[in-house]
Amino acid sequence: MEFGPHLLLATLEGAVGAAVLALTALGLSLVFGVMRVVNVAHGEFYMLGAVLAWVVATAVGGHPALGFVAALLIAPVVAAIIAAIADLTVLKRVDYDPEATIVATIGLLYIMQQAALMWYGPEARAVEPPFNHRLAIPWFEWGENGFEMYYPWGLSTTSYKLFVIAAALLILAGFLALMTKTKIGLVMRATQLDRDTATTFGIPVERVYALVFGLGAGLAALAAVLIVPITQAHYLMGHDPLLLSFIVVIISGLGSVRGTLVAALLIGMSDGIISVFFSPTLAKILATLLVALVLVFRPQGLYGKKPA
Amino acid sequence: MLTLEGISTGYGPVQVLYDLSLEARPGEVLCLLGRNGAGKTTTLRAIMGLLPLNSGRISLDGETLSNLPAHEVPKRGIGYVPQGRRLFTEMTVAENIEVGLMTRRKGAETRERVLTMFPRLRERLTQRAETLSGGEQQMLTTARALCLEPSVLLLDEPTEGLQPSMIQLIRETVETLRAEGKAMILVEQRIDAVLSIADRVTFIENGHARETVPVETLRSDRTLLEKYVGV
Repeated sequence: MEFGPHLLLATLEGAVGAAVLALTALGLSLVFGVMRVVNVAHGEFYMLGAVLAWVVATAVGGHPALGFVAALLIAPVVAAIIAAIADLTVLKRVDYDPEATIVATIGLLYIMQQAALMWYGPEARAVEPPFNHRLAIPWFEWGENGFEMYYPWGLSTTSYKLFVIAAALLILAGFLALMTKTKIGLVMRATQLDRDTATTFGIPVERVYALVFGLGAGLAALAAVLIVPITQAHYLMGHDPLLLSFIVVIISGLGSVRGTLVAALLIGMSDGIISVFFSPTLAKILATLLVALVLVFRPQGLYGKKPA
Repeated sequence: MLTLEGISTGYGPVQVLYDLSLEARPGEVLCLLGRNGAGKTTTLRAIMGLLPLNSGRISLDGETLSNLPAHEVPKRGIGYVPQGRRLFTEMTVAENIEVGLMTRRKGAETRERVLTMFPRLRERLTQRAETLSGGEQQMLTTARALCLEPSVLLLDEPTEGLQPSMIQLIRETVETLRAEGKAMILVEQRIDAVLSIADRVTFIENGHARETVPVETLRSDRTLLEKYVGV
């Protein structure tokens, strides 16, 4: 394949990755922004979403679309409830101490991983996509006969991949509307900006925390349900999304929604493109290098505010 | 009436208040006077339930507040204007007011009344709170507290760092609220302001409420001021 079509293909793959990464990283960023909790178990809620998607889709049976829709509705909610319970039974008990919560969520990570291994097993299982048409993409060239359109061999995507991008955009728009237009969003932002003052205006901070932790986990699980028909559900699949989410959140600056989206686009796209042209390892190396550079030259992140 | 009966509290192992008692009566301004670090702000924070009490009781019209979760305290009708304003800086003026209104589920009527008190805020509703001038920020933090339609208002150095015209406005606001029958506890450093606006003054020293006197006493005799504040 020539360079142009090849680049378009890589960009499309990158866009799918970026879309899913944006959702996952937003969950991590939300939890840190509001609760100041570094959720090391965030990737496990992603894994939980994928595993639950398989469980639900298998239980429902019938047409793949039926199982997928059920998974889309049920898996994130179950993951959110489990996260909220973890918040109330573990994080609240250590009083949201920054160091204790890191250790606690590391513990949570192993518990969830082992639980998945015990009940779900070590296999990687796929969820069937609800629809999956191969879409050939045309390419234009200025050839001997003037302007020509043709379909290069191998340049194609699937309708499901385009759906993932569209669905992620829709969910992001919904999340932004939730944060900026609704009362519950106002309450979450007030808690993020000043916990004590929020309390003096009747905001039950601990309940908000449980909600935020659930919402963060729900976003990760939702991202996983979207991606699991393309990849597969496996009990160790949480590592990469966790690493990439941390990279995104550090580059963007913690707690900034806009920054998280920009950084997710940057990291997701470059991860996809570099993986196609060179190797996935190089993509991770470059992303990590970028993190190091950001930490050295702009420790508060690209969109973060300097601490006062 | 807001009553503090022998409260002791502090930050973790550091005790700040010792057996402190006072009461705020409707239609009256009670000023807390004392040196820096005496425990004035801590007293207000304790009333808001932000600090757990080691002993003592805080009650409003007979209902005990000190065993409620902190977020329930403002819902009983206590508005708090904290030191340093503590606005939700990245939110708009309208959103800051909305948070105040949500506390006790007040609606458009309260919002209208508060914005009529501070017309400048009405012109700046869509502006972010951090872009306001100091005086406007103080108006907003006061307006936010008044959105609770509180029966008790706690004001922690509301005139700190403001220009004279703004100080005058805050003062007129306090007088209006007193005429409406609200009970107010005011922490204030400037003696002339205290003498002109307070009804009673409680001197706080090293976490103890030493004496509570009517303001007239201080106007004629400054020995207490010299003793507790050093002026």
